[in-house]
Amino acid sequence: MKRVAFRQPSVIPGFRLTFSFTIFYLFIIVLIPIAGLYFRTFDLDWNSFVSIVTGPRFIAALRLSFVTSAVAALFNVVIGLLIAWVLVRYEFPGRKVMDAIIDLPFALPTAVAGIALTAIYAPNGIIGSLFDPFGIRIAYTSLGIWIALVFIGLPFVVRSVQPVLQDFNREIEEAAATLGARRIQTITRVMLPTLLPSILTGFAMAFARAVGEYGSVIFIAGNIPRQTEILPLLIVFRLEEFNYPAAAAIAAVMLTVSFLILLAINLIQVWSQRRFGLV
Amino acid sequence: MLYSRRTMLFTAALAASVQFAGLGFAYTQELTNVSYDPTRELYRQYNDLFVKHWKEKTGETAKVTATHGGSGSQARTVVDGLPADVVSLALASDILPLEAAGLIEAGWQQEFPDNSTPYVSTIVFLVRSGNPKGIKDWDDLIRDDIQVITPNPKTSGGARWNYLAAWAYELDRTGGDEEAAKEFLTKLYQNVPVLDSGARGSTNTFVQRGLGDVLLAWENEAFLALEELGPGKFDIIVPPLSILAEPPVAIVDKNVDARGTREIATEYLNYLYSPEAQKVIAANYYRPRHMEYADPEDKARFPEVKMVTIDDEIFGGWAKAQKVHFADGGLFDQIYSPN
Repeated sequence: MKRVAFRQPSVIPGFRLTFSFTIFYLFIIVLIPIAGLYFRTFDLDWNSFVSIVTGPRFIAALRLSFVTSAVAALFNVVIGLLIAWVLVRYEFPGRKVMDAIIDLPFALPTAVAGIALTAIYAPNGIIGSLFDPFGIRIAYTSLGIWIALVFIGLPFVVRSVQPVLQDFNREIEEAAATLGARRIQTITRVMLPTLLPSILTGFAMAFARAVGEYGSVIFIAGNIPRQTEILPLLIVFRLEEFNYPAAAAIAAVMLTVSFLILLAINLIQVWSQRRFGLV
Repeated sequence: MLYSRRTMLFTAALAASVQFAGLGFAYTQELTNVSYDPTRELYRQYNDLFVKHWKEKTGETAKVTATHGGSGSQARTVVDGLPADVVSLALASDILPLEAAGLIEAGWQQEFPDNSTPYVSTIVFLVRSGNPKGIKDWDDLIRDDIQVITPNPKTSGGARWNYLAAWAYELDRTGGDEEAAKEFLTKLYQNVPVLDSGARGSTNTFVQRGLGDVLLAWENEAFLALEELGPGKFDIIVPPLSILAEPPVAIVDKNVDARGTREIATEYLNYLYSPEAQKVIAANYYRPRHMEYADPEDKARFPEVKMVTIDDEIFGGWAKAQKVHFADGGLFDQIYSPN
């Protein structure tokens, strides 16, 4: 076990300067606004806080937001891994272009993305009209929300896995093969453990982004209470009523749940690094 | 970096003119009107008209800026500090928070004629061409085979008028039975497949996505949609009874006193009632308060409708209606949480 040291000697000086700047910056950009959010919640008395966060509509929206976000992020892990693999391991014409396309969901304003996705997946859209005859609705259901979240979350997994995959030494795979590992064993015992931390990072980022997403989802969701109403929309309702404390309360609960989930993911990451060695 | 002497002089002159603008050295008066979405076309024309009028009256050049957006969020930007001189919003309940914030003095609705509302509108039905489902009146909207498109009253001012018009209809029909009205609205909103956050979003869902059989819309929005999409795709159905939608105007007292713009702001709103302005209003599909100034062909567009007003005893004014129907846990929320 390494001893925990507050300050470690380094070749390049400047610990004091960089450290204090970091603290200062985090304070004004991240901590103060978030503290303000929690602070605002205290304008409410305990009973009204409880009635806000236990209402059936709140619970339904909470479930919808977190479950669809998790499912979308999981889906992005699988597809993102595949895409990263293809981009790293194979040479083909248009690879650079494809690589650039991955980032488009980052660049597009989310409202534009939402309207475009709705146009395609609505019952009279190009893809929506293929499913409509079978009674399958995509836009204006939780399926539509899921698609929007998959769209905005795609780049995170690809971009976090790609560099690790690029550095992955092919000799290790060959060594595994010469030592008698079957292909499936090479993948599950050799490759996946190495990739796991970056996969977790990608999942966490895609998930966190999806939970807070408003702009694109609002157009495709349908926004029917208790069915397709996401948590950020409830916050907007409270803002429209000039009920800032209630809006802050919902946001604070959302933030706390997200923080706990991200913390859990981080702990898994630490555990996996210890279990499978450094990456 | 070096600045040439000329640039410096210019900057100094600019600074001086800004300094003295308040003293009347510069002749440009600036005015900001914070408005809501569907008045974009109206105020573009009216502002030109007013600038001309102000020049004739005072010799000064006026520069009017209008901003548009969802009515509720526009109100919030003013509360949060946007220095608006006048507001022209979708409904009085969006101006009440400004009064509560101390920006507008109480009694603003008596400051200008007709409830401080120079133009009105009403809620009508936009249906697909030829009205295939035969929608004529409010009770058609609760039929099982009808899908209704209307935005969420929580986020959209226009949607509140839609909701209240339906409420008024059922009360009128049953002679004031509130339980029946509640049931009527529950059935109506069960027929709503998508609750968009704003009126323009709902128009999009109905027109572009092809969803629903009927769109509840402001009369002026319905006409605009017809104009933009070309005739023959949709029809406007005017129900026998609807609501008088009053989008009021008000001077933001605190801001005009700070900026010294009370005089021009007052004239800006007063001039809305002039014959010339009323004519422009009618041409932009709003119902002018003085229909006699409208062009005959504009006038012909507005059929007679029996209209309930928000100050009618069934609603008791906006402050009450807002609380009873749209507040957290109000009647609208109850529609979606049985029991």
